[in-house]
Amino acid sequence: METTTKTIANNEPLASTNGMKPKFELLGKKATRFGFGEGLVTLGERYENVVVLGGDITGSVMTSYFQEKFPDRFFSAGIMEATATLVATGLALSGKVPFFASYGAFAACRNTDMLRISVCYNDANVKIGGGHAGISVGPDGATHQVLEEIAITRTLPNMTLVVPCDFTEAKKATVAIGEFVGPAYIRFGRTDTPMFTKEDTPFELGRAQVFREGNDVAICACGPMVWEALVAAEELAKEGIDARVINVSTIKPLDNATLIAAAKECGAIVSAEEHQITAGLGGAIAELLVKEYPVPMEFVGVHDTFGGSGEPDELMALFGLTSVTIIEAAKKVVKRKS
Amino acid sequence: MAELKFHIYPIESGFHGPKRPTPSPDLIAKYNYANFKPFKNSKQNSDEYIATAAKEIRRDIIRSLVEAKSGHSGGPLGISDVMATLYFGGVMRYDPKQPWMESRDRFVLSAGHMAPVLYATLANAGFMEKKELLTLRKLNSRLQGHPGRDMGLPGIETSTGSLGQGMGIAVGMALADKYVSKNDHRVYCITGDGELQEGEIWEAAMFASHWKLDNLCVLVDRNHCQIDGRNPDVMEVDPVADKWKAFGFHTIHINGHSIPEIRAAYAEANSVKEKPTCIVAETYMGHPISFMNDDYRWHGKPPNKEQAEKALAELE
Repeated sequence: METTTKTIANNEPLASTNGMKPKFELLGKKATRFGFGEGLVTLGERYENVVVLGGDITGSVMTSYFQEKFPDRFFSAGIMEATATLVATGLALSGKVPFFASYGAFAACRNTDMLRISVCYNDANVKIGGGHAGISVGPDGATHQVLEEIAITRTLPNMTLVVPCDFTEAKKATVAIGEFVGPAYIRFGRTDTPMFTKEDTPFELGRAQVFREGNDVAICACGPMVWEALVAAEELAKEGIDARVINVSTIKPLDNATLIAAAKECGAIVSAEEHQITAGLGGAIAELLVKEYPVPMEFVGVHDTFGGSGEPDELMALFGLTSVTIIEAAKKVVKRKS
Repeated sequence: MAELKFHIYPIESGFHGPKRPTPSPDLIAKYNYANFKPFKNSKQNSDEYIATAAKEIRRDIIRSLVEAKSGHSGGPLGISDVMATLYFGGVMRYDPKQPWMESRDRFVLSAGHMAPVLYATLANAGFMEKKELLTLRKLNSRLQGHPGRDMGLPGIETSTGSLGQGMGIAVGMALADKYVSKNDHRVYCITGDGELQEGEIWEAAMFASHWKLDNLCVLVDRNHCQIDGRNPDVMEVDPVADKWKAFGFHTIHINGHSIPEIRAAYAEANSVKEKPTCIVAETYMGHPISFMNDDYRWHGKPPNKEQAEKALAELE
């Protein structure tokens, strides 16, 4: 019988290039939630003790794929996110690998006490999928647009937090957290967003990947903002600014070595996330760099406000979650380098 | 198909160092803890044997609390007869020599603040040395103020303390056993009655009933008290048994200080099919200590030295 006891790689120093110089192109558009759904099926096929709890919105967060394929290992939990998380804890303490997915607004925010005491304090092998993340949920409005759960989940001891950048990476990340031992949270979105990574694009839990080389400024992004960062970098190149783009898909634990190297080699950082700028990805990077290697930094994200109804692209533009804002931030931070 | 392996046995983690607190040799001698022989667990044990164990559990609760100088007295004393029956009346399947054996029944103390009774019961069953009870709530002790799985104490299946959460975890364990592992393990859970004010209890009850978890037996410690006062003065929880019945549970209402009634209730729960069972056990907080009995002011405080001496004398 196969035994998997993977642990997150230690933060060994990395060559800043990771040995690759990918040139990304737009391969289409597909929501990361479909990657999560397909990843669950892959796990179900590989491991008999992977089980899934449904939270009524199974067709939205794509746990329905698993339900169709493995009805005996799918358990409907109704609309009770807190109890689904507790039941998942009981399943994990009995040797199962339970996934529970709901909208991040409920899976993380409503559930914080359950995640803190029952999942993380128990160090239970529970996997939480937080869907419909960020403002790109669109017309559902502020109640369903969660912009705070990176902050919440990354403060919990024992928790691993991953925010995949596109459909393909979401699939890989889902399989990775299933095979990893310990509490984990994966954040994914509802709206179709650019697909640009491939099966052979490097992905490893606990590692940030350099997606574009450059030494004038490092743009550190997660989720759909990674594509915006790549677009921004091409525009910046036209103006003579050579931007490095780093996909920080694992936010906890943070890949310290890659980020410190970026600060040293680029001398300026821009963070970009579909999340509050307080205590999110930018906050995590700032906490690291202010101690290890302080450099000027700018934050792209939502500025202490709630979202609202609208089409996803309208909202992303309104809240400044586009390549345009990243370009402005990059120019500003490069000017701040003395 | 492969199986993902996870350390389902707790592994000590967190800030706690390996240095455990050392109880005073005088106290170990005074309580004759060094020569203690654990009680046996058997269906054949007489009610008197179980009552003797319950009395010893109560003495240990008093001893550990007076040393800790903080902690909950009332609930632990009130539930001691139930705990003694569970662990020494042949209700639960366990082996203190193999505390994590796969075929054990699971016990979840959802009302985590009643930890002193759980520790005292585990020590009397032989899961740990009795002298360790005197380290309750001390720095680096495995006996945390509320049960902490990170301490790796045998017999602690899960951390509890945020009220309402243990019940959901117990439901998850029962779900795993009935539908995924497909074994015959039973899951025993104890909740307080004040705890029934937490919404998660009723979510978990709805879940357990929907999934027909007949391997789950919840017992409500119905002492009508909580830290601020008597239930109706803080938040009415009645009609308790009717609520569980309405949620689809087989419900049994008993005197929680009558060992024959407790034994009969657990035996009945064992025979129920296709639905979970809830035993509503009427108890008195602080029972049977004369100056604590049925007094909510003993919910969250320990006895002082004089009160402890008096209580121990009453338990002779």
